[in-house]
Amino acid sequence: MEFGLSESQRLLKENARKFFAGECPMHTVRRLMDTETAFDESLWTKMAEQGYTGVIFPEKYGGVGLGKVELILLMEEAGRALLPGPLFSTVALAGAMIDAMASPEQKKKYLEPIAAGETRSTVAMLEANARWEATDLQSTTMNGRISGEKLFVPDAKVADFMVVVARDGIFIVDAKAPGIAIQPMKIMDLTRKIYAVRFTNTPAERIGGVADLAQPLDIAATALVAEMVGGMQRTLDITVEYAKTRKQFGNPVGMYQAVQHQCADMYLETESARSAVYYAAWAVEQNAPDAAIAVSIAKMYASDAARTVGNRGIQVHGGMGFTWENDLHLYYKRAKTSETAFGDSTYHRERIARLVIDAGVASSQTA
Amino acid sequence: MDLNLDAEERQFRDELRVWLEANVPKDWAEWSERPLEESFPYLRAWQRKLHEGRWAAVSWPKEYGGRSATLMQQAIFWEEMARVQAPSMANALGLGLIGPTIIAYGTEAQKKRFIPKILSAEEIWCQGFSEPNAGSDLASLQTEARLEGDRYVVNGQKVWTSFGWIADWCELVVRTDPSVPKHKGLTVLLVDMKSPGVEVRPLRQMTGESEFNELFFRDVRVPAENVLGKVNDGWNVAISTLMFERGSFGARLHLQFKRNIDRLIELSRTFQRNGQPASRDPLVRQKLAQCYAEIEIMRLNQLRAFSRITATGVPGPEGSIQKIFWSELNQRLQQIAQEIFGPFGQLMAGDSRAVDNGIWSHGYLRTRGNTIEAGTSEVQRNIIGHFVLGLPRSY
Repeated sequence: MEFGLSESQRLLKENARKFFAGECPMHTVRRLMDTETAFDESLWTKMAEQGYTGVIFPEKYGGVGLGKVELILLMEEAGRALLPGPLFSTVALAGAMIDAMASPEQKKKYLEPIAAGETRSTVAMLEANARWEATDLQSTTMNGRISGEKLFVPDAKVADFMVVVARDGIFIVDAKAPGIAIQPMKIMDLTRKIYAVRFTNTPAERIGGVADLAQPLDIAATALVAEMVGGMQRTLDITVEYAKTRKQFGNPVGMYQAVQHQCADMYLETESARSAVYYAAWAVEQNAPDAAIAVSIAKMYASDAARTVGNRGIQVHGGMGFTWENDLHLYYKRAKTSETAFGDSTYHRERIARLVIDAGVASSQTA
Repeated sequence: MDLNLDAEERQFRDELRVWLEANVPKDWAEWSERPLEESFPYLRAWQRKLHEGRWAAVSWPKEYGGRSATLMQQAIFWEEMARVQAPSMANALGLGLIGPTIIAYGTEAQKKRFIPKILSAEEIWCQGFSEPNAGSDLASLQTEARLEGDRYVVNGQKVWTSFGWIADWCELVVRTDPSVPKHKGLTVLLVDMKSPGVEVRPLRQMTGESEFNELFFRDVRVPAENVLGKVNDGWNVAISTLMFERGSFGARLHLQFKRNIDRLIELSRTFQRNGQPASRDPLVRQKLAQCYAEIEIMRLNQLRAFSRITATGVPGPEGSIQKIFWSELNQRLQQIAQEIFGPFGQLMAGDSRAVDNGIWSHGYLRTRGNTIEAGTSEVQRNIIGHFVLGLPRSY
């Protein structure tokens, strides 16, 4: 039993960190967040060359064929860099969904160009009631055409096709198809653009049923938690550096326990979220009996911890932490958008309660 | 990353399962609610049985009666013990902390003399570390030992000594050189608790019990051969004991926490809240789920720490994370129990309406000490701040 990274996993993570540090430093993040879509074609091409856009897809569909653990290591580093653009929505969200339920022909048609870096995608699911259960959705299809309004769709404007979750199934819709209206939503996180998308009798290709939804949503949630952990780590690093150099009363402020203990808690929360998400990724990969619980534990813990770590980091920075110039607010805002995606901590605590209290699923064991 | 058991781990687990199946006592549930003074012989007998099966100290090297178990095997050991709800072992400090320190620092004669009886629970051990004026600042301790001929003469006072009332031996930290900086003049002595001049007084705590003791040493004579490690190197010896404490304790506690949350979920189905079982109340469900999740994260943090130590060979600061995590979690768990039980939560053992004969009211009070004992939460956060994050020392 080994709950650390293998040599190849360690290398993948290290290379990803170097890649994002070189190709997507903070000034690039800030440049992109001021654009309409926060999308950079040349950065996307470079990510495709690294294999990032096909990281979890089978090799026969042009992917690299790696597992969920490798996916979350990549996402953790993307989160540390606060990578703007549709990597998450294309690969971990839409890609995972297609990979989980589409026919071999559909996978070939849709996953291959994603892996090659030629197309982007996203998933349109949430509606006005903001529910994550497919049974609560209003959108439906009739004679192969979909109608309904979707909210909080990430990166819809740069998607070449969208995976749409309707009450009667999961469908793929071409972005150029008739009857699609895409409106930006004015969201606090400028690095990940969010849209309202209205479909009116839009041609839709069915890829699966709503019963197939749980597993790919768990994959996406796990990937998002990993991204949150990367953001927490970066927030911690920036804060510790500041606490070492900022002096008041003649000493670095990090010498004072009121400050030092905030940093210690940030470390504890970051490491705990990391343990939870590494295990969740492994459990999902292995189809472990406790995979759903593990994902909920990770999303629940990280949803609260990412916010708390952000709060502590800004507090330690004092007035500087409250400025636009400082990077912390960018991570803070990403943490907020990630907190509610796929259900916040309240949602996942209830899901855990259903699995543990109502269904009486035995808690997991190492052995 | 591979959380499946490898062949050796599976064999270890299977052997243990077979053994536990045949040997774990069936009547522990009745005994567990009695005071420790009454159940102690029972726990002693259980440890002896484990020792006969060579399961009392799996982490110890084979030549000292252990199984040279890897950290992962140790994790498996404690999980299996939890699974069958096995009782704890009588000589907890001897097995977990002091034995390993003797193995690391002791002379061959000391190992031969002390190790077998730690394993068999024939000799129970306690720790003489904290003093009235040396708590978090342990190195400022004042109990002194003067060398007279081939004996040390010990004078001073220790406090917060678990198992002091029943201990046969004590790992005692004393000052042997008051003229050098505080960390440099300390020595560890192995002291026979039956020596003339040792007085043990019960220290009554807020639970009403006397789990801890005060120890008084008046001209207690200790043979010089009972120095553990080198004279004036006691700080390093004592720190390594504390590392054992912080490192492995979390893994063992998982046993108790798992049992508590499972039981609490069970109880939440019978206690009413707003006209329905508490287990159906949205707020109670939120809190139980949070607690359940944190217990799982505590286990995962421990496993990750074990993997890291196995890979690097160095125990890191993960002990401090675990200490903060489990102690604060344990308090939250007891608070949730209190919320579910309402006014019944405060009933103590002996009241016919007390929940589970008062183990929860006791637990509520007892866990209040968790964030203080074995290094306060404040000290643990200092350790993380300074030794992990590299922030300047605050003290």
